[in-house]
Formats: sequence, structure tokens, C-alpha cells
Amino acid sequence: MDRLPGWADAVLVPLVSLLLAALLSALVILGIGESPVEALRIMVVGAFGSTYGWGYTLYYATTFMFTGLAFAVASHAGMFNIGAEGQAMLGGLGVALVCLALPWPHWALALPAAVVGGAVFGALWALIPAWLQATRGSHIVITTIMFNLIAAALLNYLLGGVLRPAGSVESATARFPEGATLPTLHDMLAPLGISFSKAAPVNISLFVAVLACLFVWVLIWRTRLGYEIRALGYSQTASRYAGIGPVKIVVVAMLISGGLAGLMAVNVVMGEAERLLLNPTEGAGFIGIAVALMGRNHPLGVFLAAILFGFLYQGGGELGLWTSIPRELIVVIQALVILFTGALDNMVRMPMERAYGALRRRRKA
Amino acid sequence: MTLMKTLMGAAATLALSTAGALADPALIYDLGGKFDKSFNESAHNGASRWAEETGGSYNEVELESEAQREQFMRRFAENGNNPVVMVGFAFGETLGEVAPDYPDTKFVIIDMVVEEPNVRSVVFNEHEGSYLVGMMAAMASDSGTVGFIGGMDIPLIRKFACGYVQGVKAANPDATVIQNMTGTTPAAWNDPVKGSELTKAQMSQGADVIYHAAGGTGTGVLQTAADEDVLGIGVDSNQNYLHPGSVLTSMVKRVDNAVYDAMSAGEDVETGLNVMGLSNDGVAYALDEHNEDLVTADMKEAVDAAAEKIANGELEVHDYMSDNTCPAS
Repeated sequence: MDRLPGWADAVLVPLVSLLLAALLSALVILGIGESPVEALRIMVVGAFGSTYGWGYTLYYATTFMFTGLAFAVASHAGMFNIGAEGQAMLGGLGVALVCLALPWPHWALALPAAVVGGAVFGALWALIPAWLQATRGSHIVITTIMFNLIAAALLNYLLGGVLRPAGSVESATARFPEGATLPTLHDMLAPLGISFSKAAPVNISLFVAVLACLFVWVLIWRTRLGYEIRALGYSQTASRYAGIGPVKIVVVAMLISGGLAGLMAVNVVMGEAERLLLNPTEGAGFIGIAVALMGRNHPLGVFLAAILFGFLYQGGGELGLWTSIPRELIVVIQALVILFTGALDNMVRMPMERAYGALRRRRKA
Repeated sequence: MTLMKTLMGAAATLALSTAGALADPALIYDLGGKFDKSFNESAHNGASRWAEETGGSYNEVELESEAQREQFMRRFAENGNNPVVMVGFAFGETLGEVAPDYPDTKFVIIDMVVEEPNVRSVVFNEHEGSYLVGMMAAMASDSGTVGFIGGMDIPLIRKFACGYVQGVKAANPDATVIQNMTGTTPAAWNDPVKGSELTKAQMSQGADVIYHAAGGTGTGVLQTAADEDVLGIGVDSNQNYLHPGSVLTSMVKRVDNAVYDAMSAGEDVETGLNVMGLSNDGVAYALDEHNEDLVTADMKEAVDAAAEKIANGELEVHDYMSDNTCPAS
């Protein structure tokens, strides 16, 4: 089979997949008697047509960057970490405990502490499944799924009792102190004379997410540990023969993965809600899988795919606001994109590889 | 500066192109979704009734994520919708922050108290209504064992459970009440399969009347109860019609009335606290052609007497949320 050149592999294939998903979505929208063109316009204008739209798109994208990176790192080690959801929930707990522990005087102090809190809690939640996989062979998919449920139950228990302020009806912690409020893009750009929507929740965590992308790139492709992680992912037996300890690498890769997932809470819990709610993740851990698949486990790809999914979320919300397209169909549209870019990747790739090969042979002849 | 102008221009165009008539009311449903055959649907019914009767139009939206609470409130307020009605306690915290930013917009929140000058807070005495259906459950039960299936395990649902148990015990002090919650995440509001399993589990322990306060999950409870020939009790909206002859009654929260009233009053809606209990027809047990054969004259007499006592303050039903404990179990 001929291999596609790098640019076609990274850009053309996802674009074609996206186009197919968009066409199918258009048919779905036509089917319920709405105009696909109008729907697309609302989605694009709603997500990119104002700083308000950008603010929400980037807010969602920040979350997906973290969970996408989490999946990507584990994936490089050959682990299918489906537990980013639970790890992110625990990350939320870590962030909340850090924020509530002290009367933080300034966000610049609270942010690094919350980053550590989120990452450590997320990482520790991945530790047991990782250890079980590495030493006992308990399949990581099964154990991490189970840990998602345990995380949800734990959060519910804590928010229903211990962490819920007396007299509150809602299962949520108290509001974080003023000093733990992260600056939004509005606050950060105002001194530069750039006006950015005040309502949008996008905040400084976006830059933490970009740093995390850089970190993952350096880690995977520029360090010895990254080399060992990739070697293990390609072949466990070969890497063992080369003297790489699989137990250590599996555990370390999963710890990093869990830590990245936990960081997502800095954006959602600290940056937006400013208190810990039940279900702070809302499926972002699973979206991370699609983001990483579409981004081909590369930080740059994850970055771009996260923005695409941010667009789908924000654009979908606008569709819900201004059209009578039901919520379920908006989910269908989002799912089509996941299906085409994630699961049906080979459906587009293989014919393209064949076409490319045929083209090249003809040129040679 | 030019950038800002362009952006504001874009925002204005968007607002103009998408806005309906100004000052239309708006309705935001909670995560359970518009057609949950329950709470949100009741709100939807109130809004449609208003639209039909007045010929008015309204905007409505269903949530997909927590961050959208604030987003949609602001979008509607900025779009000129007034009043902005939201269904569910979970909007409370966010509304407390958003409402002061739009002093000219009236907000109506159902199931929660938000103390802002431009907010109308509608709350229901669910424990009173649950007490009444609890009495009916105990009187209709042959086995002396009745069940309760909650949605997500939160204090509000325990309030339903606690009122129900008190009612059961009032009618039959020896009765047993089996209680289950569907789950610990919001998915528990929309899991009919789990609802069905819990119903079967409770039946195997002898329950023959089962009350659900579980949103969309409850459709599974009522379906299974009907299939297996025991009685179900509906919640929030009148669910008697779902399985005529198999739903003993429904604990009706007149969310539709609350939404209808708010939309009828329009921009002049009265703000402040609005408690809807037995005394002002905010909660009730449902009696219609679908369950009239199930409700005996004795039952009706006993329940109506209790309702009157509760309404005039002679009988007090303990509210779980007042101290997070329940005297009966």
C-alpha cells in the first residue's frame, strides 16, 4: 500500500472526513425541514462571528485540549485510556480543595497551586488502573471505565454531604474565594486596549493548555522517556528486549495522562463555575478520545481538533437558541463528525491511498 | 477601535437577524430536556398554553452543558426577551450573578430562591403533595409494602421521599417503604432502563405501589409497573394517562401554572418569593378519568381531609431540606 505524503495524511484526510460529515449533517437538517445553509451560518457566526462566540469556542476547546492530550499520551504507550472522564472529575476535586483550602490573595498564586492539585489528583486516579494493567494485566479499558463510575459516585458523596455548605440545596461546594478567580480573556486583553466579550468564560487556562501541548510534544519526541513510551507503544516485547521496563513506563505514561486530564478542571471548575459542581466533566473525557484520534495523537493536531470541537459545541448551542432544531439532532451532527473523523478514518484514507498510488504509478509510466 | 466596531457590528447584525419580536418571553429548560414527560414538559405545556391563548410567541432552548446556563440567560436578556423563565434549581447560583447585570429584565426561576430585585422565585411544597400520594399508596397497597424511586440522589429528591414516607406511615403505621435512588450523576434523570430494573427489584421485595420522582427515568418505572400489574405513581406533571388503570395518581407540581402566570404577566411580572403549596393549588394529587376506578371513596375522603389540614396549617409535613433529616423512614 502506498503511503500518503505527510501533508495529505495530516490535513487532507481529516478535511475530507469533515466534509463528508458536513454533507450528511446537511441531509439530516434538510430531512427535518430546516435550511442547512442557514444552520451553518448560525453555527459559524455564533462560534466565530464575535469575541463572544470565540470566547465560548475557545473555552470548550481548552477543555478538549487537555483531555485530548491525556488520551494521546496514553495512546503513545499503547494504552487506551478511556478514563479521562473520571480522572478529570478527581482533578476537579483537587482543584476545588486547593481553591477552598486557603483565602488566596491573588490568582497568580492560586493558579500554580490549582494546576498541581488538579494534576496530582487526576494522576493518582489513573495510578491504580495503570498499576493493575502493568503488573496484573487487568485490561486498562475495563478498569478505567469502572473508575469513571467510582469517581462520579465519590464526587456525589462528597458534594452531597461533606463539601456542601450547610443550608445549600444544590450538590456543589461553596464558591471559591475572590483571589482564586482566574482572569478571563476580557480581563487580560482590556489593558492592551483590545475589547473582548465580558460574558465569555475563556480564561488564562487556554494558555496553560497551549503550554501543555508544547510539554507533550517535548516529552514524546524530545526526551528519553518519550522515546521509551513510544517504543513500548509500538511493541512491548521489542522494548522489553531493549531494556525498557514496561511496568514503569505504563505507570508513568498513565500518570501523565491522568494528570493532563485533571488539568481540564482548572478551566472548567476554577475558570468558569468557580465552585465544584456534580459532573464537572460532562463527557469531555470521552470527547478527548475523538479529539486525539482526529489529531492523530500529535499535540498540534489535538490543538486544532479541540478548536473544531469547541466550534461544534458553541455552534450547536447557538443552533439550539435560534432555530427549532431539537437538541438531539445537534448531538447527531456532533456525533457524525466524531464518527467520520475518528471511527471511519480508514474509509477515507484507504481510497485516497489507492488513488494516490495509482496517480504516482501513472506518472512514472 | 476598528476591531471593536467590526465586532460590535457583527454582534448587532446577529442580534437583529436572529431576534424574534422584542420583549417575547423566553424559556430555558434544564438538562433533562423538553419532553421528559415530567418537570420540563410541564413548563413546556404552560408556555404552549400561553402561546395558544394569547397568540404570542416565545423563544426556548434546551441545555447541553453547564456553561450554557449563564450563556443562554445572557443571550436571551441581551436579545430583549422579557421575562426570561428558567426551569430548575440548578440555575440558582448562576442567576444570582447574571440578574444584577440586566436590571431591566425580569427573571423567573422555578424550584429555587434567588434574592435579587428583578427575580421571581417560584418554589413548591413537594413534601406536601408527596405526603398525599404516600397516604394513597399505603391505602391502595395489599402487601403493606410500597416503593419510592428517586432520580439523582440530591436533597430535593429526598424531600419528595421524606414527604411520601410520612404520608405512608400516617395511613398505615406498619407499612414498609423501600427507597432507591437511580444514580449519582445527572444521567440518573434519563435512564428508563434502570428505572425499570429498580421497579422489578422493589417488586421482588413485595412492593405493589411505586412512586417515582425521577424525571425521564420514571417512564421506565411506570411502564414496568403497568406491565407487571402493580401500581405506579407519577410525578410533576399528570402522568395518569401514560398507562390508564395502572397509574394510581400523580403528584402534580403545577410548573405549567407557574410558567403560564409568568408569561401572562410579561414584563410586569411580580418579583420576589412565590411559594406554591397545597394552599394555593401549587401541588396536588391528580384525579381524572384514567384513575377514577383506582381511587376509592375512602381514599379520596382521607386524602382530601389531610390536604385541608395541611393547607390551613393544622398538620405540618416535615420538610427534609429544612434540616437534612427525615423523621420517618
